[in-house]
Amino acid sequence: MTNANINIVVLLYAASAVLFIYSIRGLASPETAVNGNRLGILGMFVAIATTVWIVAPNLELVTVALILAGLILGGLVGGLMATRAPMTKMPQLVGAFNALGGGASLLVAAAAFYAPAGFDLLADNGNFRTRSLIELCVSGFLGAVTVSGSAIAFAKLNGNMSGNPILIPMRHILNLAIFIGIIVLVGLLVASAGQSEWVFWSIVALSLLLGFTLIIPIGGADMPVIISVLNSYSGWAATALGFTLGNLGLIITGTLVGSSGAILSYIMCKGMNRSFFSVVLGGFGGDVAEDAITKVAQSRPFKRGAADDAAFIMKNASKVIIVPGYGMAVAQAQHVLKEMTEKLKDAGVEISFAIHPVAGRMPGHMNVLLAEAQVPYDEVFELEDINPEFAAADVAFVIGANDVTNPAAKTDSSSPIFGMPVLDVEKAGVVLFVKRSLGSGYAGIDNDLFFKENTMMLLSDAKEMVENIVKAL
Amino acid sequence: MKSLILLLISVFSIALPASATNSLASVDPTVFLIVVFVLAVFVGYFVVWSVTPALHTPLMSVTNAISAITIVAAVIVAATLPDSESVMRETWTARGLGTVAVFFASVNIFGGFLVTRRMLAMYRKKPS
Repeated sequence: MTNANINIVVLLYAASAVLFIYSIRGLASPETAVNGNRLGILGMFVAIATTVWIVAPNLELVTVALILAGLILGGLVGGLMATRAPMTKMPQLVGAFNALGGGASLLVAAAAFYAPAGFDLLADNGNFRTRSLIELCVSGFLGAVTVSGSAIAFAKLNGNMSGNPILIPMRHILNLAIFIGIIVLVGLLVASAGQSEWVFWSIVALSLLLGFTLIIPIGGADMPVIISVLNSYSGWAATALGFTLGNLGLIITGTLVGSSGAILSYIMCKGMNRSFFSVVLGGFGGDVAEDAITKVAQSRPFKRGAADDAAFIMKNASKVIIVPGYGMAVAQAQHVLKEMTEKLKDAGVEISFAIHPVAGRMPGHMNVLLAEAQVPYDEVFELEDINPEFAAADVAFVIGANDVTNPAAKTDSSSPIFGMPVLDVEKAGVVLFVKRSLGSGYAGIDNDLFFKENTMMLLSDAKEMVENIVKAL
Repeated sequence: MKSLILLLISVFSIALPASATNSLASVDPTVFLIVVFVLAVFVGYFVVWSVTPALHTPLMSVTNAISAITIVAAVIVAATLPDSESVMRETWTARGLGTVAVFFASVNIFGGFLVTRRMLAMYRKKPS
């Protein structure tokens, strides 16, 4: 099949895997990250060049044209998506990329099903090896679940469908039934020695269905976990493909991606104090409880402030900690917020930013949004590092965040978010809370902080309020 | 933690030749793949935990890009040659599916690396 030296090929794939490891390792710090990304691109170049070397003797004019068309068209589409997408839409973009990654694995598995000889998937008698057939099904299954699951996650994040959990009746039994159906079909496929096409495509169809039924019941609040899980799946799909095709590069790289997504899911679950299984089983984070609680809450007394008050308090403070949430990004207030911090710094106020692990819609989202507003990354701190600082701060300025500051998570064992790590904003001298209304947050839970003695509510649109504060400074 | 990896590597490198009289040649290739897989899980675990939380979004977009390593397999299937005239339908199906897979993976490669670069360019230090 080839005149490429297989030993050199394997070594080159290993080299590209090492370069990919460096591209992740570089992300240990923003200073090394840019270079790491370059090494990743080099790794991909090495991998593709090696592959072209392998297939060179097989190439015909028509296949060269097909591959180049796919490559160029994909480059154009990817380039457009990468340069056009606003930073607030990064979760959707990653969701779309997850779907495409899973899709690529699914399609390659299907293609290998039609052309098994090229990958040495056949036994001596000309039939599929049972092992190869099962591995092929695993790749197709993981790829398909990733595709349809990511499509739903994308639609929920992008607002094409409601972020509320949609509960299918008896969904756990349904999912189990679909999964058993898939296993039965894999058995049928093995029994037919890989001859029946319709069984293979039925497995794909059921896997796609399972992706839908798994993700549809999961609420918008859990999307940061789900997007990480699907990221992980897209990696494991590549690993499974690597086993099928006996390709070390795919195994190593797929596993890196799979681990990365798994660790991010773990971090997100911990940030919300949810067990992984309760997230995956779904049903959390709807609007159901919101109305009742909010109505009770609004009859309680609270202190309301204006932009001038906030400006005065902060100008006279020596240390201000800003707690941004996704609401800030929705209101596009990050740039004017940066302007506010500049003015305060000129007045001699020390500024830092406190980021909760689930402050955005995906892991690290808030950090990117602040970086885009040119907030220096060494002023931005993670929860564990900043929490001891609140007691020493004069002002905690909460903007567009809610649940992640809710003291009920520490004190009220009946609260749905009890046990979730929260930012200790109430320990600051004064809490300034920018919010549109006294309504509850994304998780549908009321916040006692609004009614505390040292809290001043700045009820307004986030951007408008910060603009007025800047004017008053 | 790093010593754990070294330990694993040494266990595997001792255990494998010891189990077979004529060293690695008699090891089933699948076992070899599984060894690589296990070690990759450990590498992945340690290298991902070393990523700063501030860069978790770029981590996700760069893993999108590198998971498109499936392009390697996609190119191979897109370049499938027919064994005989009787399998032309299968060959063209494989080529077609492979081409679409090349397209998907290519979107991820260009999109993933570019958007990562775009994000990383925004991170800057406090002017001192």
